[in-house]
Amino acid sequence: MVSPVPAAVASAANATGVAKAGIAFILKKSLISALVALVLFSLMIGVRTDVGTAGQLVYWTRFGELAAIVGAVFVGSILVELLRGWFGPREGVQLPQGVQRGLSWAGRLIGPAALVFALLLPVIFYDQRYILDLAILVLTYIMLGWGLNVVVGLAGLLDLGYVAFYAVGAYSYALLATNFGLSFWICLPLAGILAAFWGILLGFPVLRLRGDYLAIVTLAFGEIIRLVLLNWQDLTGGPNGISGIPRPTLFGIPLSSGEDGLAALLGIEFSPTHRIVFLFYLILALALITNWVTIRLRRLPIGRAWEAMREDEVACRALGINITTTKLTAFATGAMFGGFAGAFFATRQGFISPESFTFHESALVLAIVVLGGMGSQLGVAIAAVTLIGGFELFRGLDQYRMLVFGMAMVLLMIWRPRGLVGHRAPTVFLEHNRAIAADMVKEGRG
Amino acid sequence: MSNDHILVVDQLMMRFGGIIAVGGLSFTAKHGEITALIGPNGAGKTTVFNCITGFYRPSGGELRLTHPGGATFQLEKLNDFRICKIAKVARTFQNIRLFPGMTALENLMVAQHNALMRASGMTFLGLFGVPSWRAAEQRAIDRAKFWLDRVGLIARADDAAGNLPYGDQRRLEIARAMCTEPALLCLDEPAAGLNARESAGLNELLLSIRAEHGTSVLLIEHDMSVVMEISDHVIVLDHGTKIADGTPRAVRDDPKVIAAYLGVEDDEVAAVERELGQ
Ligand SMILES: Nc1ncnc2c1ncn2[C@@H]1O[C@H](COP(=O)(O)OP(=O)(O)OP(=O)(O)O)[C@@H](O)[C@H]1O
Ligand SMILES: [Mg+2]
Repeated sequence: MVSPVPAAVASAANATGVAKAGIAFILKKSLISALVALVLFSLMIGVRTDVGTAGQLVYWTRFGELAAIVGAVFVGSILVELLRGWFGPREGVQLPQGVQRGLSWAGRLIGPAALVFALLLPVIFYDQRYILDLAILVLTYIMLGWGLNVVVGLAGLLDLGYVAFYAVGAYSYALLATNFGLSFWICLPLAGILAAFWGILLGFPVLRLRGDYLAIVTLAFGEIIRLVLLNWQDLTGGPNGISGIPRPTLFGIPLSSGEDGLAALLGIEFSPTHRIVFLFYLILALALITNWVTIRLRRLPIGRAWEAMREDEVACRALGINITTTKLTAFATGAMFGGFAGAFFATRQGFISPESFTFHESALVLAIVVLGGMGSQLGVAIAAVTLIGGFELFRGLDQYRMLVFGMAMVLLMIWRPRGLVGHRAPTVFLEHNRAIAADMVKEGRG
Repeated sequence: MSNDHILVVDQLMMRFGGIIAVGGLSFTAKHGEITALIGPNGAGKTTVFNCITGFYRPSGGELRLTHPGGATFQLEKLNDFRICKIAKVARTFQNIRLFPGMTALENLMVAQHNALMRASGMTFLGLFGVPSWRAAEQRAIDRAKFWLDRVGLIARADDAAGNLPYGDQRRLEIARAMCTEPALLCLDEPAAGLNARESAGLNELLLSIRAEHGTSVLLIEHDMSVVMEISDHVIVLDHGTKIADGTPRAVRDDPKVIAAYLGVEDDEVAAVERELGQ
């Protein structure tokens, strides 16, 4: 009868011990972050240089600002760690059966509902040009996200230079259309094929690279493509880009106000919105094709080999799977979708220049894939809407937009480290189509 | 003579820098037999497997594989994935390597990759779901079901492989290797970590694989009860060389083998041999 009391005391002491160790750990981690910030910012912020009146170098110190930044990093990392503890993913928390069933039911409805909404969107917002433009932008990123998802999400190959294929697609269409007068519908597959070809070309040198190394080389590849576009003046027009790119036609019928335009043929009054609506349905169709093909590929041997390669490359080799072709097809397929999206981008803008294809785009598309949950089609779509829509929503905040946005992303990743839709749906099943928990699924190292 | 041998290993040599993991090893494995490769820790058994299955390129020597049909392959010259794809050698790993985030059924479907790839017309026919592809996929699922049933995992077909208990994972890995339809199956310590009941079940499984499918088996095993009970032929390795070769009974009584396992000095072995009058 006596023994439980000391045991309880001991366990309580133990618990506070753990809590103390936790605080010590958090403080240590934050202190290290603050130190790194101090080293990093002491030159960037602590010392300010300028050109004096006589052309000499003048400098002054800004220790106040430096202290503020380092303090912010310190407090911020304590906050992040605490949030991770309170708000992060909990193990063993089970929602009630009813709620779970309701959620999975709602989850299954979300896709079709979003599709119906997308199909009706031009009807609902016909005279709101801003919304239509935004929807086209969002759909472009959904398509890019789905394309990159093949490489990063399914095959587990971290690609930081995806924008290169977007650029190859855009320039392929622009050059073929302006130089040879080929129509959009001929150029579109060509742009995809050329991008896929560049995907394979990138694939070869990185076949043996894994993880961080792969990321760095693909990043460099993206920059190389951009720099070539910038410097190959004769072909690409350099920084001036290419203008006067033909607009897409509806199987040869232009969407213009002229005699032979679609409006005149149909006998309705011409409106510039027609073209926007047409572009909307075009990118919607392209995105849906991307989605359909990806879903089909996952259930084919090639898609299963991609996922198996992400899970365990050595085991794949032992099963007779050629890792070289498996990696190259993943790169090529992802690049092809990027190329299609690029061709669409060129025809929508009518003007392209290397400025549209900076690393920023690659990072954004990768953020969409990671935030959505690697490998999940629905997650990627939701993430694209959230990210691109979020950018617009926070537009009023001017220079704080990126700050708010970054903070929102950090919170989201603390709450769901494996993305919005982290679990994996099996590609084939006998009896039960059970989703596989995120912690079981590998993220790939190569 | 080599016609009744599925595998002939001739003067196999594997060096890692200064370390000689396998030094001039020669042995043979007969068609339709279970050949066991035993030896103390660090003897070089897994290294031999890695050479046979193409994960290491041997520093020297020859590995000749002969199919029951007569086709021969020089394994030391083949790329790793071709050894499974063309030469039909499948393997399991000492530390299980399943695809943990894929279901048991999916694991077995991945193993049939090459056959399915052909059936899907290198993906293009499969993309449009042509009937011949659907039929091939159904056959692949049936084969996977057959093997899941054989290893007693049919009820867990739709569970993530990483969620299965340890013993089930070991059996699933064997089923996955069998789905590649191998001529030679290489198992690296399949009984490690199994309890007595599971171990007995494994014996039965391996014996039936040999009897019903005619698959030759090369087996690394520490569990002597498994080795003695099911193997037809035993090869004993120590420090990368062969120290004994023969039937399970003969090998068990070999003083060199006993000495190697007990870790005694060579001159003591000589003393033991003298005592036994050999
Ligand atoms: N990749 C490698 N690089 C360097 N040395 C290696 C490598 N692989 C194996 N070795 C060495 O070769 C020797 C044999 O190792 P191996 O794994 O083949 O032994 P084993 O017989 O399988 O042992 P165990 O029963 O413990 O599995 C060991 O000394 C090991 O350190
Ligand atoms: Mg070993």
